[in-house]
Amino acid sequence: MKPTIELRAAPHVHSGISVPVIMRNVVGALLPICAFSVWQYGISAAALILTVTASCLLTERFFSSRTGLGNTLADWSAAITGILLALTLPPNFPLWMGVVAGFIAIALGKSLFGGMGFNPFNPALVGRAFVQGAFPSTIASFVPSYAPQRFTEFVPSTLTAPLMQAADNSAWIGHAAIDAFTGATPLARWKFENFTYSAGDFMTGVVTASAGETSAILILACGVYLAMRRYLDWRIPVAVLGSALILAWAFHLAVPARYPEPVFVLLSGGLMLGAIFMATDMATSPVTPVGVWIYGALIGIVSVVIRYFGGLTEGVMYAILIANAASPLIDQMTQPKVFGARSR
Amino acid sequence: MGIAELFLKSSFARGVHPVAHKETAGKPIRRMPFAQRLVLPLSQHIGKPSRALVRVGEEVVRGQPIAEADGAMSVPLHAPADGVIEAIGLHVSARGPWTESIVLRVYQGSPQRVAWADPVDPERLDHEQLIAAIQATGMVGLGGAAFPSHLKLGVPVEHPIHTLVVNGCECEPYLTCDHRLMLEYPQDLIAGIRLAMRALGASRAMIGVEDNKVDALIAIRPHLPADGSISVHAVETKYPQGAEKMLIKSLLGQEVPAGGLPMQLGIVVNNVGTLAMLGRLIKSGEGMTERVVTITGPGIAKPGDYWVPIGTPLRDLLAWAGARDCTEREVILGGPMMGQSVASLDVPISKGVSGVLVFDRREAHAPAAKNWPCIHCGACIDACPMGLNPTLLGLLVAKREFEQMAGKYHLGDCFECGCCTYACPSQIPLVQQFRAAKAFLRARASA
Repeated sequence: MKPTIELRAAPHVHSGISVPVIMRNVVGALLPICAFSVWQYGISAAALILTVTASCLLTERFFSSRTGLGNTLADWSAAITGILLALTLPPNFPLWMGVVAGFIAIALGKSLFGGMGFNPFNPALVGRAFVQGAFPSTIASFVPSYAPQRFTEFVPSTLTAPLMQAADNSAWIGHAAIDAFTGATPLARWKFENFTYSAGDFMTGVVTASAGETSAILILACGVYLAMRRYLDWRIPVAVLGSALILAWAFHLAVPARYPEPVFVLLSGGLMLGAIFMATDMATSPVTPVGVWIYGALIGIVSVVIRYFGGLTEGVMYAILIANAASPLIDQMTQPKVFGARSR
Repeated sequence: MGIAELFLKSSFARGVHPVAHKETAGKPIRRMPFAQRLVLPLSQHIGKPSRALVRVGEEVVRGQPIAEADGAMSVPLHAPADGVIEAIGLHVSARGPWTESIVLRVYQGSPQRVAWADPVDPERLDHEQLIAAIQATGMVGLGGAAFPSHLKLGVPVEHPIHTLVVNGCECEPYLTCDHRLMLEYPQDLIAGIRLAMRALGASRAMIGVEDNKVDALIAIRPHLPADGSISVHAVETKYPQGAEKMLIKSLLGQEVPAGGLPMQLGIVVNNVGTLAMLGRLIKSGEGMTERVVTITGPGIAKPGDYWVPIGTPLRDLLAWAGARDCTEREVILGGPMMGQSVASLDVPISKGVSGVLVFDRREAHAPAAKNWPCIHCGACIDACPMGLNPTLLGLLVAKREFEQMAGKYHLGDCFECGCCTYACPSQIPLVQQFRAAKAFLRARASA
């Protein structure tokens, strides 16, 4: 065969870090968190994660092939949306509602804007915000973790028939015979009962919450791994957690009886998952070096403000969505300084 | 200078760290034999093409001028070998398919000694004579830009120059020709630096060498003059450390004004390869007939640094260096970050070619044909040494907002180092787009 010469434009080498490599690694870093959730909540959690992810993938496939983008599943971004979305839902969330959440996340959160890179809001949070509005009571009802029958029986609500109200779980919970189960998340217990958990409770997962809220330390470890491999921008979680920590600490110092320890604020709710895996969504966060700090601080501050002064128990989702909306503006206002330009 | 100073170094901000692949650094420079035919484009430099002095059928000796400088913005061209002029006409070159060139058939039996030389004592030349002597060597910047050396060193009087920065960074991956020159020809380098300092009226010279070439630092140090006018400094190994503005920032901590030139700060930057060659040529009074070229890459069986006669066609050069048979390959003149791939193996080595890089299909990190939409990760912003916003520039180029790119977002400050494209996970050909945008703006300005 006659040798042929290839012509390419410089540069002729590449870092090797491509979109699918980044996305695949993020998926990989989410798997331990999924595994922990399944360990806590059993086959119901597994079914929810698989169902929501499948819903996202099918929706992505449907729209990408119809909008001329080809098969975009290979970039792995839809899988991230699916897994993240599942981790923000109660593990006993009805599967059919999970399908709805996944469809909305991709269809309204992503495909509507033209697919990966063009979405202004984090697709997983768009899906989550939709089901929060559509099924407000179901999304706030939890079953206890470590129920003995969790690997043999589905939670009744998981298998709720499509378009039906979530099935009643009280018999299943009673069967588990767990003492003093309240069914409330740590943030709700703090808000309404002024009860705080210890840091150790969050590490072992005995608290009741959506999968992504029960394993703050594990999430942190996965985030550190991704940051070290340069697959996520470490500045954003540092800004989010740092600003939340400082604000919570200031409140705690001012009124210790009213406001919890700063470490509770960091470990409870969706702050850790949000800071590490959602705020860092590249398409919806600023690109400028100064901008990412402002954006992260905005998320941390708004999260704490909503938790302390809002009607909701948790504010991370809205904090990130608000910051997403602000990020083009932040970018515009924080253009990098050109080399050799006179300081502004 | 103590050993500790090797590890204490400032650097410019951002940039990238490509895998160095300096496999050829440990091997001495070898000599490439003369090809049957040498092809000598009349325009191997930036500026006006040279004017041919010879006719077809004329015999020439090695070192004889075969083309003269056409005015001040031009350089002469010397016969790289004894032989006979076979043709003067259009020939393929790295500049394009048809470049006015002289084709020299080499006398293979000749001993190929340089037979045309005019040795001078550079210490006795005044400024004008020195600049003229530099122009007579036909020297251009050997780092790749091929800007005539007599123009670079003949700075207008309104810019008094105090410092000569000598670029020994060789930040492009794979290339080792400057590294080998520093190791093997340190006296020539120092001679060239002294010459350049005299031409510029500079009182000091600073040699910047990336800290992955500590052996070069050690090789140069014994040859430094006792008065301390020439010093050598380790700088961080980071691409593009060898870019003029980056190296000035690293060595002197000063930023050349955006859109400006180093001479505005009283600084001129020259590459070690250029100065070592100049130091050699002025002393002996010879013209430039050969240069050191790094021939390497996964597609080369005998990688190394070679003294290559100017005008050697790539086909002969690759045959000698043992290009492996492969069905698909990319031949790049220069380094992998800023080099240019060529369409034909008939392209000759010209004065500005520092390396020939052959990539075959197995080259793992070659950018794939596939690319993805911009995901706004900001990797390009964290890579751009000039502090530009390639993300935004890339979006503007897609909308053909060229004026806005040049005006508000400083497209003109992009020197096409390729960092943004190297780092882009979506593998968007950003530099290529910026080149296209600049070409569009140039075309509009001249229309």
